Amino acid sequence: MGSNMAECHPVAFQWVVEAKQNGGKLIHVDPRFTRTSALADRHIPIRAGSDIAFLGGLIHYVLEHQRYFPEYVRSYTNAATIIDERFLDTEDLDGFFSGWNPKERRYDNSSWQYAGGVIHAAAGQRTAPGALERATVVGGSPPQEDPTLQHPRCVFQLLTRHFERYTPEMVEKVTGVSRAAFLELAQTICDNSGRERTTAFVYAVGWTQHTAGAQFIRTAAILQLLLGNMGRTGGGILALRGHANIQGATDIATLFDVLPGYIPVPKVDDPTDLGEFCSLNGGAAGGYWGNLQNYLVSLLKAYWGDAATADNQYGFEYLHRLTGDHSTYQSTLGMVDKTVRGFFVLGENPAVGSAHGGLHRKGLRNLEWLVVRDLYEIETASFWYDSPEIASGELRPEDIDTEVFLLPAAAHTEKSGSFTNTQRLLQWHEQAVEPPGDCRSELWFAYWLGERIRRKLAQREDPRDAAILKLNWNYPLLQPGGDPDPHHVLREICGWDGQGTSLPGLGAVRGDGSTTCGCWIYAGAFAGGTNLTSRRRPHWEQNWVALDWGWAWPMNRRILYNRASADPEGRPWSERKRYVEWDEKTCRWIGPDTPDFPLDRRPDFQPSPGATAENSLSGDRPFIMQSDGRGWLFAPSGLVDGPLPTHYEPQESPLRNALYEQERNPGRQLFRRVDNPYHPSAGEPGSEEFPFVVTTYRLTEHHTAGGMSRFLSRLSQLQPEMFCEVSPELAAERGLRPGGWATIVTLRASIEARVLVTPRVTALKFGNRTVHQVGLPYHWGSRGLVRGDSANDVFPLVLDPNVHIQEVKAATCDIRPGRRPRGGIS
Amino acid sequence: MAIRRSLRMWPALRQLTENDLLGLGTAATSEKTRSLQARTETADRVVPSICPYCAVGCGQLVYVRDQRVIQIEGDPASPLSRGRLCPKGSATKELVTSPLRQTTVRYRRPHGTAWEEISLDQAMDMIADRLIKTRADTFEEVDQQGRPLRRTMAIASLGGATIDNEENYLWRKLMVGLGVVQVENQARI
Amino acid sequence: MTISSPRQASVPLPMWQGGGTRMGFFTDTSICIGCKACEVACKEWNDVPDLDPSWSGNSYDNTLRLGASSWRHVAFVERPRPDTGVGVQWLMSSDVCKHCTRAACMEVCPTGAIFRTEFGTVVVQEDVCNGCGYCVSACPFGVIERRADDGRAFKCTLCYDRLKVGEQPACAKACPTQSIQFGPLDELRERAGARLEVVKNESGHEMAQLYGADETDGVGGFGAFFLLLDAPEVYGMPPAPSYQRRDVATMWAAASVAAGVLLGGVAGAIVWGRR
Repeated sequence: MGSNMAECHPVAFQWVVEAKQNGGKLIHVDPRFTRTSALADRHIPIRAGSDIAFLGGLIHYVLEHQRYFPEYVRSYTNAATIIDERFLDTEDLDGFFSGWNPKERRYDNSSWQYAGGVIHAAAGQRTAPGALERATVVGGSPPQEDPTLQHPRCVFQLLTRHFERYTPEMVEKVTGVSRAAFLELAQTICDNSGRERTTAFVYAVGWTQHTAGAQFIRTAAILQLLLGNMGRTGGGILALRGHANIQGATDIATLFDVLPGYIPVPKVDDPTDLGEFCSLNGGAAGGYWGNLQNYLVSLLKAYWGDAATADNQYGFEYLHRLTGDHSTYQSTLGMVDKTVRGFFVLGENPAVGSAHGGLHRKGLRNLEWLVVRDLYEIETASFWYDSPEIASGELRPEDIDTEVFLLPAAAHTEKSGSFTNTQRLLQWHEQAVEPPGDCRSELWFAYWLGERIRRKLAQREDPRDAAILKLNWNYPLLQPGGDPDPHHVLREICGWDGQGTSLPGLGAVRGDGSTTCGCWIYAGAFAGGTNLTSRRRPHWEQNWVALDWGWAWPMNRRILYNRASADPEGRPWSERKRYVEWDEKTCRWIGPDTPDFPLDRRPDFQPSPGATAENSLSGDRPFIMQSDGRGWLFAPSGLVDGPLPTHYEPQESPLRNALYEQERNPGRQLFRRVDNPYHPSAGEPGSEEFPFVVTTYRLTEHHTAGGMSRFLSRLSQLQPEMFCEVSPELAAERGLRPGGWATIVTLRASIEARVLVTPRVTALKFGNRTVHQVGLPYHWGSRGLVRGDSANDVFPLVLDPNVHIQEVKAATCDIRPGRRPRGGIS
Repeated sequence: MAIRRSLRMWPALRQLTENDLLGLGTAATSEKTRSLQARTETADRVVPSICPYCAVGCGQLVYVRDQRVIQIEGDPASPLSRGRLCPKGSATKELVTSPLRQTTVRYRRPHGTAWEEISLDQAMDMIADRLIKTRADTFEEVDQQGRPLRRTMAIASLGGATIDNEENYLWRKLMVGLGVVQVENQARI
Repeated sequence: MTISSPRQASVPLPMWQGGGTRMGFFTDTSICIGCKACEVACKEWNDVPDLDPSWSGNSYDNTLRLGASSWRHVAFVERPRPDTGVGVQWLMSSDVCKHCTRAACMEVCPTGAIFRTEFGTVVVQEDVCNGCGYCVSACPFGVIERRADDGRAFKCTLCYDRLKVGEQPACAKACPTQSIQFGPLDELRERAGARLEVVKNESGHEMAQLYGADETDGVGGFGAFFLLLDAPEVYGMPPAPSYQRRDVATMWAAASVAAGVLLGGVAGAIVWGRR
């Protein structure tokens, strides 16, 4: 669901094909019939944006028919935990949870907590600090539990009640999936879960790019926990990410709110004391997050080296602080409003790839300076002379005062370094040739820009420059004027001790200043002084888990939480699904994978009073990053828009919310501005102007915003033009001629596309209402060998409140035959 | 002699002399055909690599001759990809060797109507100056309540998903040192 | 000296009977995901010229056919599901030169440019081809074609250069799902037979069939054969391809004249060479 694996991750799909040949079943739930659907045993068309209703229906089915995995649920999830008596559900409040603050449009989550204490989410708390400061922090077992799962406020009962109305009939009404198809799927999933069998969910941005995107994933997580499909072979929820190092970029971390290893960036109201900051952000909790201070101090040592001492809290005082959401769309608006003056773009093409491309290009025009680093001259560099706004005559290059630097980048064959793939596997690529001309790696660029800035600033003696001047910027160079040694940088990331010996693993990361570690989850990738990410032992020379190929974080574990592949006593759930288990003879966890658990921790281990971090968890708690060591069916912390997923309509929807009076995710991030208009939804005046659902996707033949595909002849000829996919019914209704042109009309932009009429797009029936969906691949722009309008131009900025991702998988539009008006893009 | 050798290579003659009257077997090959060699065999070295497109992380082998990439194909040893590549992965050689690649620095001055060529060194210096000035002009030491901020909100960065871990790490480290808060990548999008 | 044409109709049609193991392709379309990696890998390896980008509107097929500059072509067929009639079926299939057992292109080639390799594959030698084009009309599949700009004929070589060094063809190596399999033809046929049973019986594709695996067909079987989920014409392939004797016969005259001229010249040259 939410993934088109055969098209977007074709080589990984070989394993699905192989599983199918071994008797596995493949079911594809997707608005469109894609190349994945073509190979599936069954394709179930669904209305874009309604997946929570669908998955919620599955949860309801599992609970109602008692198809959950009872031992797993009782021992490994928080099903038995009793929740605060102040908690009120969306069932009570018609689409809201308790704690909603309508003025600030956000929740206070104190009533969602475990009864008798508060609990931290992994990777730091994301909620109002006031609520957490005063309460008891849960580390290890929760204060109140009911192992019989009967208590009305235990998670199991709350869950049952929350999803009670997600019946097959309701699923049909909301998603357009027939009752029969839904039930067949539900039964298949249940039949393929349990001791002997497992079911896996594969998703991609079809789940994330929604105003409740994080909750889409949560719904699947709840279902998989109920079915006992987490931490086991053939199970899990697999995120298929789109870029070679999108996982690593998240880990390391080029994201405003996290430091490397998901350490939260301090907020303005966080304590200025390092210790207090750490305990507030998970350091007081159970599980491995309880070691936050170790991870943070070692990172600060990596950043500031000898200048990071106990006296200056290891440089904690140098860190900047957040005052809210500073994510990329906020930056874009900042550019438009001229608060952001300078912009670096490194191997990304927001003028095509980000929602509301027109607003992005406006932002670029309002910058003082822009640095673009890429292999090709992409639209983000050429916006000032080659863009829809210039083509339409709306603007002339002379009118645009942005200063633009286009710096050519080195390709992956021209530098050495590691990528972290979608399953957390770090793999090293070696430099093959020298980069041509002025092409340089980002490593070169970062290092030499830093050198230059530090040299220039050193003359100023401004105390505000301490953080940059004291930064540990000593890197051995491969040659004078050349790249810093990437092995050395990786070694710094993976950490070393006081003697300079590479750390054997994350357990060796210390908070007393004796270790340096740039990213604690990567600790161990350089164990023994060897770059383990460069291992390439052929798969035929090792077992199927292939631990000697690359290195997966953390600790080269290939399946996370794999302690859950054994029962609470440490025995395999079944012979068929045997993976990691307790070996009484050696008193160790063993298996073909690295056990994701303290190696010698007995299954019957009980923590001593006052134990902290991972030592506060008993031996039957597989989810070692969680404060209570359990999988969360109910998430008291970590999500800002609710502890349980709830179906909301997208910002723009042709249907009203059939489940609640509250139409949309109340916490979604809206930007009500003249340059970001939203369409009225069903029931609102004017909604009939935009009667169709529009969704975006990509094609095998191209890569995301096209910077690495539209300039290639081999790929361009395979998919040479922007097109839209419509059903025969919609084509007939709107007079769209196959092979002709259509214009997709929205208040943000009107774009044109060739018309591909195909039965692969289904018109869905909702009572007497037919909902048509328009599909748009989003690869094209004004540059490259093949050009076309950009699908992302038609979408507004509206974001998920947890991760600030845009909703481009479901909005509304109109579609008309013919090309868009020339000389003006509306 | 040379003439005679070349005559013997003449297909019709070979048919006669090599008892291959139908001219349909291997005898009908030209000198060029016989000396045909897979160019991977001519490589000076084969460099292990990873596909730069999606996040599956397929193994690649980069064949290099005379400091040029002459072929890129899948690495059969990879337990993930087993030597296979998708169309994008199969087009990687064109990605890195295309004449359309940008290989010089280009500069566009405010209100300019054309790109200008400047040296890499000059560009780096100009970028450093702009970064320093923008940061200095907009640096926020504390908020209105006197709480520390130590940052600039006037500079943003986007990108990282297509570049290496080491590069992301160093870039973020530099940005943290400068107090640049808005460092983001494709993961948000 | 009179030489009778070696290619008179009385001569038995030359079948592959070489000493080495005959190698070929088995394209299992039941697991083709239509990714076109084969098209790209082929072009990259063989330096095949690009096509002018042109959007066809025909499903996801913008290559449309095999030709001088497309040696692999993935066909896309969208149609109602044949079993239930409800919903859609999307067939994908990577087409390629069949490397026929009775290869008409090779038969009619007057210059000897097309030859049968030690692997049993049929290859055009571009340095020998004179662009006469006889092969183009002889091919029952419309595979071989002349390039407009240089006049010579081109088609899949089954990566002859790679085979020589023990490598598999570029398309087969790239194919993510192993829809394209390369190997000894005997083994492939055996594997295909077993696979067909599974596809028909377990996956419920009643119309599934092997195409080109039968040595008694009109071209003596393909060196590159297919498992199709329906009749070949559904995929745009000829249902009963045959060695085009009639066309070939009309060409013999011209070919034998060419051969006679050629040999006359050679005889003279030999005499000259011996002086």
